[in-house]
Amino acid sequence: MSLELQDLSVELDGRLIVSGVSLTVADGEFAGLLGPNGSGKSTILKAIYRVNKLTAGRVLLDGHDLLAQPLRNAARRVAVVAQESAVEFALTAWEMVMLGRVPHRRSFDRDRGEDREIVADAMQRVGAAGLANRSFHSLSGGEKQRVLIARAIAQQADHLLLDEPTNHLDVRYQVEVLELVRSLGVTVLAALHDLNLASLFCDSVHLLASGHLDQHGAPNDVLTAASVERVYGAAVVIVTHPDTGAVQPLPRRRQTVTPERPI
Amino acid sequence: MAQDLLGSPAKEGTHHNSNATPPPHDSRSQSLRTSLPLLLLICTAFLAVAITAGVWLGSVGLSPGSVWAVIWQHLTGRVHNTVTNALVWDLRLPRVLLAAVVGAALTTAGGVIQVLVRNALADPFLLGVSSGASVGATAVLLFGALTALGLWALETGAILGALGAMIIVFVLARQGGQLAPLQLTLSGVVMAGLFGAITSFMIFKANPQATQSVLFWLLGSFGNAAWAQLPEPTIALLVAIVYLMAQARSLNALAMGAEVATSLGVDVSTLRRDLFLVTSLIAGLSVAVSGVIGFVGLVVPHIVRLVVGSDHRRTLPVGVLVGASFMVLSDLLARTIVSPAEMPIGVITAIIGAPVLLVLIRRRTYMYGGAAS
Repeated sequence: MSLELQDLSVELDGRLIVSGVSLTVADGEFAGLLGPNGSGKSTILKAIYRVNKLTAGRVLLDGHDLLAQPLRNAARRVAVVAQESAVEFALTAWEMVMLGRVPHRRSFDRDRGEDREIVADAMQRVGAAGLANRSFHSLSGGEKQRVLIARAIAQQADHLLLDEPTNHLDVRYQVEVLELVRSLGVTVLAALHDLNLASLFCDSVHLLASGHLDQHGAPNDVLTAASVERVYGAAVVIVTHPDTGAVQPLPRRRQTVTPERPI
Repeated sequence: MAQDLLGSPAKEGTHHNSNATPPPHDSRSQSLRTSLPLLLLICTAFLAVAITAGVWLGSVGLSPGSVWAVIWQHLTGRVHNTVTNALVWDLRLPRVLLAAVVGAALTTAGGVIQVLVRNALADPFLLGVSSGASVGATAVLLFGALTALGLWALETGAILGALGAMIIVFVLARQGGQLAPLQLTLSGVVMAGLFGAITSFMIFKANPQATQSVLFWLLGSFGNAAWAQLPEPTIALLVAIVYLMAQARSLNALAMGAEVATSLGVDVSTLRRDLFLVTSLIAGLSVAVSGVIGFVGLVVPHIVRLVVGSDHRRTLPVGVLVGASFMVLSDLLARTIVSPAEMPIGVITAIIGAPVLLVLIRRRTYMYGGAAS
């Protein structure tokens, strides 16, 4: 029972965005939060790291109320990698990763040798050691994402929330980022768009439909043609990944196309 | 203190999976990021030179030695009542020190407000304190408000105006519980417009001769500097710096966005409130003693970031010293280039600041509004 959401509801500007979502992410599990745009994936994640206020429900971490803990303590347990917004101030990649030490240091504490080691270590683990002096903005999408993961590593939290970590990345970096996150061995709750990647990487998936939890379980049980059709309103055909046996929903065209048709 | 920042290896190509351990103390590629103590030493020496020059040079010639001789006399309590003494101790020194304090305060406030509203174009006056102060000062200058306070009437009027504006902007921007960047900017701009209209209306109703003094005040000047003006802004500046240095790490996090800061354990709404109060306070006191001196609080923070990066543990102390030096030298120019007359200092700060910033932007990788350069 590592991370547990109990009957979570979130209201934004008077609209109920998430209602009564309960889910559990076990220790060391990589859980996917799936659902169409606007189904409440980000809203749930932001409620866990206190950007959104809960209307009802609880978030438990190892059985303790996470939201009742001081914010700093919570940040030592739960790290976040979100889509980065445009930033006006140019930190270097090194400084960006050093931000992961913020919840561990008091106001006037200097960065200690320990902090520098942790940061250097984190950057090396994500293969970003050579980027340390680069301005964060000058990095490519994949590099940025790796640096943000390094920040989460430097934060030394044992839980990681990912908000669409593979958006805007090409296929190589999508796989690289998710492999990297899997290799960290922490408990992960990741909002994901890409059902195929989710099926490849997640131990369990939680499928949201307009703020409700539609169903959850192993990807192969949840991602059926019927459930994707119902939740996403998209017609798919399910195939099996030849490497792993993971289900892979493939989109279908609305018009029937004969495969043999010459192009 | 800043060794984490040199702890980064030089660029080793774009090798993604480089296995080389970053050598934590080798960084020739960023010589300017090497050592904060060294940087502070250089900036302090530069400020000392600027202050000496500011006291030494002027319409009446002095020798640099005599400047320090007078200061030494006062420090040791053996004062000779000479013209030099009066010139140095009563006129030029308070003026130069006040310029230094105001320059430091405006730079500090500007840099922090840019983070607070997440806008590189923000300056210390964005949140309405200057326009509020202008209303207060104008009321004193044109309509003899607060005459009971004698010499302090102008300053008190300006402070009251700044305080009033600060409270109104705070209350307006706080709706919804958070001092969000957009609400802050909008409230500040709207109130500045309203206060500007009130000032204009008073000028319009007053007699033309009196408006001259308002215009002069609005342009900003250290011409009336006196020792008695120094304590409040200096103490406020010191308190602000200590507070901000304590929050430097959180400021770095906030600069990356409120949500990022929250995920790093920073209590964003409390931090924003305190930043607002601290910056409004030092900006308001600066305006009260020197009028509205533009450009310093906008440009110097950028100049500092271009040279030392965006880590507030570096930008704050360096900004204090550079801002102080910048203002002292600007004031020196303001009172010497058209001597014996005086140029409004705002003219000087803009004429120097704009090209310096433009050159730096061209020379270094820097960015505005999220577009990589």
